Amino acid sequence: MAPSSARLAAWMPKLVLAPSFVLALLFIYGLMAWNGYLSLSASRLLPNYEFVGFDQYVTLFDSERWWVALKNLGIFGGLFIFFGMAIGLLLAILLDQKIRAEGVLRTIYLYPMALSFIVTGTAWKWILNPGLGLEKLVNDWGFAGFQFDWLINPDRAIYTVVIAGVWQSAGFVMALFLAGLRGIDDSILKAAQIDGASLPRIYWRIIIPSLRPVFFSTLMVLSHLAIKSFDLVMALTAGGPGFATDVPATFMYTMAFTRGQIGLGAASATVMLATVAAIVVPYLYSELRAKK
Amino acid sequence: MGALSIRNVTRHYGSVQILKGIDIEVEAGEFLILVGASGCGKSTLLNIIAGLDKPSSGSVHIAGRDVTHALPKDRDIAMVFQSYALYPNMNVAQNISFGLEMRNIPKPERDAAVQRVAKMLQIGHLLDRKPGQLSGGQRQRVAMGRALARNPVLFLFDEPLSNLDAKLRVEMRAEIKRLHSLAQVTTVYVTHDQVEAMTLGDRIAVMKEGRVEQLGTPDDIYGRPATRFVAEFIGSPAMNIVACERGAISIAAHGVDLALNDGQRHAIGGTKGNGLLYGLRPEALSFADAGLPGTVSMLEPTGPETYAMVDTPVGKLTARVPGKVHHAVGERVFLRWSPDEAHLFDAATEARVA
Amino acid sequence: MSATTIAPASPAAAAPWFRWDRVALWSVLLLFALFFLVPMYVMLTTSLKDMAQVREGGLLSLPTAPSFDAWAKAWSSACTGVDCGGLRPFFFNSVLMVIPAVAISTALGAINGYVLSKWRFRGSELIFALMLFGMFMPFQVVLLPMSQILGWFGIASSIWGLVLVHILAGLPSTALFFRNYYVGLPDELVKAAMLDGAGFWRIFWRIVLPLSTPILVVTLIWQFTQIWNDFLFGVVFSGAGSKPVTVGLNNLANTSSAVKEYNVDMAAAMIAGLPTLIVYVVAGQYFVRGLTAGAVKG
Repeated sequence: MAPSSARLAAWMPKLVLAPSFVLALLFIYGLMAWNGYLSLSASRLLPNYEFVGFDQYVTLFDSERWWVALKNLGIFGGLFIFFGMAIGLLLAILLDQKIRAEGVLRTIYLYPMALSFIVTGTAWKWILNPGLGLEKLVNDWGFAGFQFDWLINPDRAIYTVVIAGVWQSAGFVMALFLAGLRGIDDSILKAAQIDGASLPRIYWRIIIPSLRPVFFSTLMVLSHLAIKSFDLVMALTAGGPGFATDVPATFMYTMAFTRGQIGLGAASATVMLATVAAIVVPYLYSELRAKK
Repeated sequence: MGALSIRNVTRHYGSVQILKGIDIEVEAGEFLILVGASGCGKSTLLNIIAGLDKPSSGSVHIAGRDVTHALPKDRDIAMVFQSYALYPNMNVAQNISFGLEMRNIPKPERDAAVQRVAKMLQIGHLLDRKPGQLSGGQRQRVAMGRALARNPVLFLFDEPLSNLDAKLRVEMRAEIKRLHSLAQVTTVYVTHDQVEAMTLGDRIAVMKEGRVEQLGTPDDIYGRPATRFVAEFIGSPAMNIVACERGAISIAAHGVDLALNDGQRHAIGGTKGNGLLYGLRPEALSFADAGLPGTVSMLEPTGPETYAMVDTPVGKLTARVPGKVHHAVGERVFLRWSPDEAHLFDAATEARVA
Repeated sequence: MSATTIAPASPAAAAPWFRWDRVALWSVLLLFALFFLVPMYVMLTTSLKDMAQVREGGLLSLPTAPSFDAWAKAWSSACTGVDCGGLRPFFFNSVLMVIPAVAISTALGAINGYVLSKWRFRGSELIFALMLFGMFMPFQVVLLPMSQILGWFGIASSIWGLVLVHILAGLPSTALFFRNYYVGLPDELVKAAMLDGAGFWRIFWRIVLPLSTPILVVTLIWQFTQIWNDFLFGVVFSGAGSKPVTVGLNNLANTSSAVKEYNVDMAAAMIAGLPTLIVYVVAGQYFVRGLTAGAVKG
């Protein structure tokens, strides 16, 4: 056989992977760098490649609206992650108790993940509608003084995003924890029971600690979802009232695409990237090290 | 010109030397065994012969052609893997004919090959089944059938019997031997099981840490092991080894003189003064009325034989005697052997002296 | 704590203490089931009511005279900003976008996963890790440059622009799914095929791909769900005639017209959400497998 075909055969895998690899590299890192440069430029409505150093970042962190966005991310992210994990873990533990209708219940808990955040946001916007939604429902039940205007209340609106977000994602967390629970060796549990440990004790001392890896990957995924939250906020509150529920993602979109502040938008995107990288890179690195 | 030539093949990964210079010539139709403990490099060597791995230096020649840089499919070889590696989505007939299909052999010839092989291996009734529906022994046969169908110049086996239970292993061993005598294809067979090595091989290459310790017929390997490692590796229970000091024409262990024959005396006379290792296979020892005194410490009857562990002044020795032993544990006995049965190794180099 | 003995194997033994516990268990589970189901119930019932009943009746009341009028309006005549053609054009945009995007990204994922698992070469693991970071990256960071590029290629306002972006964004995750799956296929299969004379592509077509059905289904479902439900790319990279259904829905629900028609809003939400919901109900277990495969990085 001609040696050239042997060489081709050796190169084939690399040739095949190359286009995807090059495109992915360009799409991810190339565009990232470009965006980085835009953030250091004087771009407003159109890209303007005049270098202005960190001016855009100064403007960014001088902006009250940006700080509101950051604060909202903190509140929303923290509550979203906390309640998502707590409810997900609770449901997983409960479902692990040999329930007959487990399959049906699992389907019910998980279906919100199949929906778009826009659909979820639109639905919850109606449910929490001040006047015709939850407030009216509870009033009709007899609690005349009940008020639920969180959706239009600048101080409370962000919590509505938490509710909708947890509704959408808790089932997913449950699925992850359930898989983790199922992976625990049965004989460990039997040994603990013979040793006289009660069920709650077994969960607290043995099972939950052995779920540490699942905790971490869930934390990773939820943080990621929280930082990227754009769809949900847009559908539920459109960042409002005013910009009371703005998050970095909606801030970036508004600045870059509706306010003609491309440089500022690029800067906010870079800050978002840095936040994600600060969490994800150490995690990935430690995972890869552990595998070795 | 041999069917397979391995010339000075080395392989290293970074600083780890897996193969340190292998030279083997295999004649056409010969059945060569590569045997050794895990990590000795035998599987790496097999992969290099197959073309699934590249040597760091050296060359591989098959039927006179230098194939060192050739792709596996261009080497005209067939391989049977430890896990059989049958294609799960194809039935047995398709599995067997796949290699022929890849070489664009027309369908009638492929079918004929499948029938021929199925008859040879008695798997004709399995041709429509998928691998998942077969037993371990049947899968083994199909794997061999796939290799046979290609009529290659060289067969490679990578521990094919390791996944079978003991009884099946004995049956398949006989099967492989029968097929080899029928098909007469040059074969390289990797195993860690010394019984397979001794019963199947025309020649055996005992490997240790990337080197061939000895290459020879089963008789050579068993009767005249070249190093202590080979002596202890082949043969079960392992050879008894006793460390000795040497005099001019005699040797002694723990103060006990050990008998030597003329050849051995001549050999130790000719070499310089290191200590020696005296080796005796268990079957060379027998109970007698006089000889080396000792106390029986354990008896293991296996049915046709008994392994007896005896504590003696020169150390703990294992004897292998036919039938039952009429001594009890704790009893004082005498062991006797012929010096012709002894193997002498240099204590420092562990190489055979006589 | 417990006065009775604990059965060795099943915590749900018939001791009285456990019975009470079981009741509590089920109550909590059912409460949560309600929590998850009620919004869907509200969506559905509201979409079947007329506006009078929406205002007068309660959130949870059943429609007295259920009708699909709101659905019809949402589909063909609701206002989504300037146009009042309903969700229909958006829905079809989504369909036209989703089919090529899902097909191509899945196919690329299969081939890339095949290379990364069975044909490793020096640096392939590094390449994989670099690509993987793309899954974590917040997409905000590529929006601006990408819209420039799409503009240069002249596809900024066409469905193909969206298709391209979804394919690029899907490269890391699809490759991950397939790679992790193919790693579970024995390497010796590939070696045996190589010895049999099959090359790179033949091995893929004849051996690897036929064994890929489970992961193909998972990836197709995952990609379909992700791409259909996407809003960010849909709103940034589409032109007037290429907006997907999620953008249409958001516009519809947020148009500040004089009279808010909540029933139409809900009907529109149902229309937008039904495709992925149906896929979930029909092939849910594959969906779950996809979720857990994607999140627990291997």
